[in-house]
Amino acid sequence: MEKTLNWREYIITRLIKASGYSAIIFVLLIFFFLLREGVPALAEVPLSALFSVRWYPIEGDNFGILPLLTGSLIVTLGAAIIAIPFGIGTAVYISEIAPRWMREILKPLVELLGGLPSVVLGFLGILVLAPFLRRFLDLPTGLTAFTGSLLLGGIAVPTVVSVAEDALDAVPRAYREGAWALGATRWQTIWRVTLPAARSGVLTAVMLGIGRAIGETMTVMMVTGNAPVLALSLSSLFSPVRTMTATIAAEMGEVSNGSTHYHVLFFIGMVLFLISLGVNIAASSVVFRAKKRAERILS
Amino acid sequence: MDKIIIEHLSLQYSDGTESLRDVSLGIREKAVTVLFGPAGGGKSTLLRCLNRLNDLTEVKTSAGRILIDGENILDPKTDVIALRRKVGMVFARPVVLPLSIRGNLTYGLELAGEKRKSKLDEAVERSLKLAALWDEVKERLDDPAIALSGGQQQRLCLARSLALQPEIILLDEPTSGLDPISTGKVEAALQELKKEYTIVLVPHSVQQAGRTADYAAFFLQGELVEYGEGKAMFTSPKEKRTEDYVTGRFG
Repeated sequence: MEKTLNWREYIITRLIKASGYSAIIFVLLIFFFLLREGVPALAEVPLSALFSVRWYPIEGDNFGILPLLTGSLIVTLGAAIIAIPFGIGTAVYISEIAPRWMREILKPLVELLGGLPSVVLGFLGILVLAPFLRRFLDLPTGLTAFTGSLLLGGIAVPTVVSVAEDALDAVPRAYREGAWALGATRWQTIWRVTLPAARSGVLTAVMLGIGRAIGETMTVMMVTGNAPVLALSLSSLFSPVRTMTATIAAEMGEVSNGSTHYHVLFFIGMVLFLISLGVNIAASSVVFRAKKRAERILS
Repeated sequence: MDKIIIEHLSLQYSDGTESLRDVSLGIREKAVTVLFGPAGGGKSTLLRCLNRLNDLTEVKTSAGRILIDGENILDPKTDVIALRRKVGMVFARPVVLPLSIRGNLTYGLELAGEKRKSKLDEAVERSLKLAALWDEVKERLDDPAIALSGGQQQRLCLARSLALQPEIILLDEPTSGLDPISTGKVEAALQELKKEYTIVLVPHSVQQAGRTADYAAFFLQGELVEYGEGKAMFTSPKEKRTEDYVTGRFG
């Protein structure tokens, strides 16, 4: 009896350990694969050409990724400007203002929104949003960076709301009551006590939302027009752009295995990987700091 | 004279746990009134009615009136913000804001729109002296408040509500987490404060109730069992249930 129990214990612990390690190993394998396929691009295309402003890989080997990089950035920036105030506002409403029954409807609804397939949103964008924007803003085409930003903002909002709401909810009730008892209004309590106390969680929410937006592929490919034009001014927000993710998705199927074009696409993948890695590290370091601070206060 | 008059107050939380049943009580001006009894008796709930802090929790039914200076504060038209400035509150666990000592004290005044530095400095000194904390912290007003000891933090919270110049101070088990010396300091401060303020205290023990009470009200499961002068209550209670509790036969 004792013996079999020990065996079971042993096997189960090992299995759990193995699945834990395999998660790390898979990430490492993916990273090495990316490196192996992407680094040769550096040897085949000079750096100055790689970071130039023309992306015409089919005719004349123009592998300048700057238009794609700025395309990604401008769409993501637009999405962040939309998603951050809207997301935090919604989170504050759900956690601080809405009555209980409203909260119980809104929270699952927001999470449901987060599970919406992005291709469905892209569909919506092509059929409804793009024609509307073209007519409303009098543009030559509705497929612009701005259209992508709006939809990506919509995709990022549920992430921001969900994480920020959890953070606000975790603020001790005593903080709010302390402020109320001092004669603070509801708004003063939210703005000067609850939000600052939940600061780190709210920051994490923002970063995760941005991470979600920058990695999004399907929607932006469908609605941003996919023209690899350098996007540097405000006006380029209202003209077609092409993002890094969309480029990889659109062209990967067409290139011959091992060609320069193929390697450059993987190089773009590496750049994307580094950007989202950076966002994630920034997010988790904020969380880590906050945890230590919380421990200090509670001890 | 009665500063607060509670008339036939009944109250229930939406989950039905703690409630008050038809409580009528007058609270004297410039004295310490103690609300005591076993846990779940409705003492804190009653206390939180007096500055309408219960507004923000789920209270199902509410009947009766609470008059402060003759005005029914349960009236929906009451200016709750002004009420809470007039009725200060200190909680069981000191809620120190992550600011300096001075910042904690001026916070409420700044929320109320006071900007003049002379007024703020004056309020800091006056309220710290009232809470018997001035001598301990006057050299380091700009240090983070979180660095103070538990007892000092609690007196800081007391000073913070005093800074708003309230007329009534509510204290909900203010010494439950404190050592005897700190507890003694808080109690001594209350004895000074009652010359100027109306004080309503939920003590964390019968002994503390006995030490501090000018008037005492005994609550048992949402019912006001007995009310009277503190001395009489703890030496010769009229009700059997009060006597049993005071002498430690239950609770």
